Amino acid sequence: MLQPEQASGYAAQFAAALLTPDGATPVAVTAPGAKAAGRRFDVYRNNVTVSLIESLIAIYPAVQRITGPDFFRAMARAHVRETPPTSPLLFDYGRDFPCFIGRYEHAEAMPFLPDVARIERAWLDAYHAADAVPLDGAALAAVPPERLPGLRFAAHPAARIVRSDFAAATIFSANRSDAPVPRIDGSVPEDALITRPAFDVAVRHLPPGGAVFATLLITQHPLGAAAEAAFEAAPDFDLATNIAGLIEAGAFTDIGFEDS
Amino acid sequence: MSAKKTVTTLALAGAVTTALASLAMAGPLTKEQVDAAMAAKKEKCFGVSLKGQNDCAAGPGTTCQGTSTVDYQGNAWKFVAGGTCTSIDVPGGKKGSLKPI
Repeated sequence: MLQPEQASGYAAQFAAALLTPDGATPVAVTAPGAKAAGRRFDVYRNNVTVSLIESLIAIYPAVQRITGPDFFRAMARAHVRETPPTSPLLFDYGRDFPCFIGRYEHAEAMPFLPDVARIERAWLDAYHAADAVPLDGAALAAVPPERLPGLRFAAHPAARIVRSDFAAATIFSANRSDAPVPRIDGSVPEDALITRPAFDVAVRHLPPGGAVFATLLITQHPLGAAAEAAFEAAPDFDLATNIAGLIEAGAFTDIGFEDS
Repeated sequence: MSAKKTVTTLALAGAVTTALASLAMAGPLTKEQVDAAMAAKKEKCFGVSLKGQNDCAAGPGTTCQGTSTVDYQGNAWKFVAGGTCTSIDVPGGKKGSLKPI
């Protein structure tokens, strides 16, 4: 029986060897009767890597469809080696994968890929976010006009925004189904709003100025200031459409006032 | 005087009124309709889970696939086009094609 201090040394040795494919089997790992356990350890080591790659495939299916499975597995393997999991929850793994894709040299020809991955990550986080009843637009009708500039919104727990210099939302949508992917002009900047008002996650494109407006409202800035910043970011910002769109998407749960 | 655009209370009130009108036109569901829609989705949605999410589940990653070399060698010559990236045009006229290196 191992003593606790021996056990932690054992675990450290075991873990270190898991991500070193050419490394030797840890000396403490033996088969019954103190026989060598190299092949057994190799099976275990392989399964660790395979299961982590499979998790990334499950979290980032659109990225895999864009790159093809062979490319994806190679890219995912490189990420697994560099960034092993820190949590036992596999759905939580791969948060750094979008950034990794951004500096992965073989993916340079696909500059939109990190943002597509960010939308997929936001999709999963929205899927796992707490349930909440979205704001009923009728609550706004009761606000006296003079109090509108100071109005604040409580963000829905699932609401996320991903901004991109590329057509990340269109590319994401086209690659999340089995339908053939049409020709896409990837150079059109798109901002995406991800929400889950009930059971289904929805991804929407935001109109010009919409990301600035929504980001400020979600981070508790008052309506007047958010509208001003949005007009500054996009002179053709349509305030009414954006207010209606955010409420319809379920981005908020409640309203309150600056001075309350 | 800053160049910042001021949004008047009047403009805000007008936008909110327009927004509420467009929401009303979309036809809000009654509570009963929402409950029914959610109940119908419940069974389906509760069954959805990510592959690889459950450590104990059988499936990819849990079978013995041999020695450590099986999914460890990332050979550079494997970096060939295999996905939909060729349908996506990006700036500079570069197609998103993956070239062997």
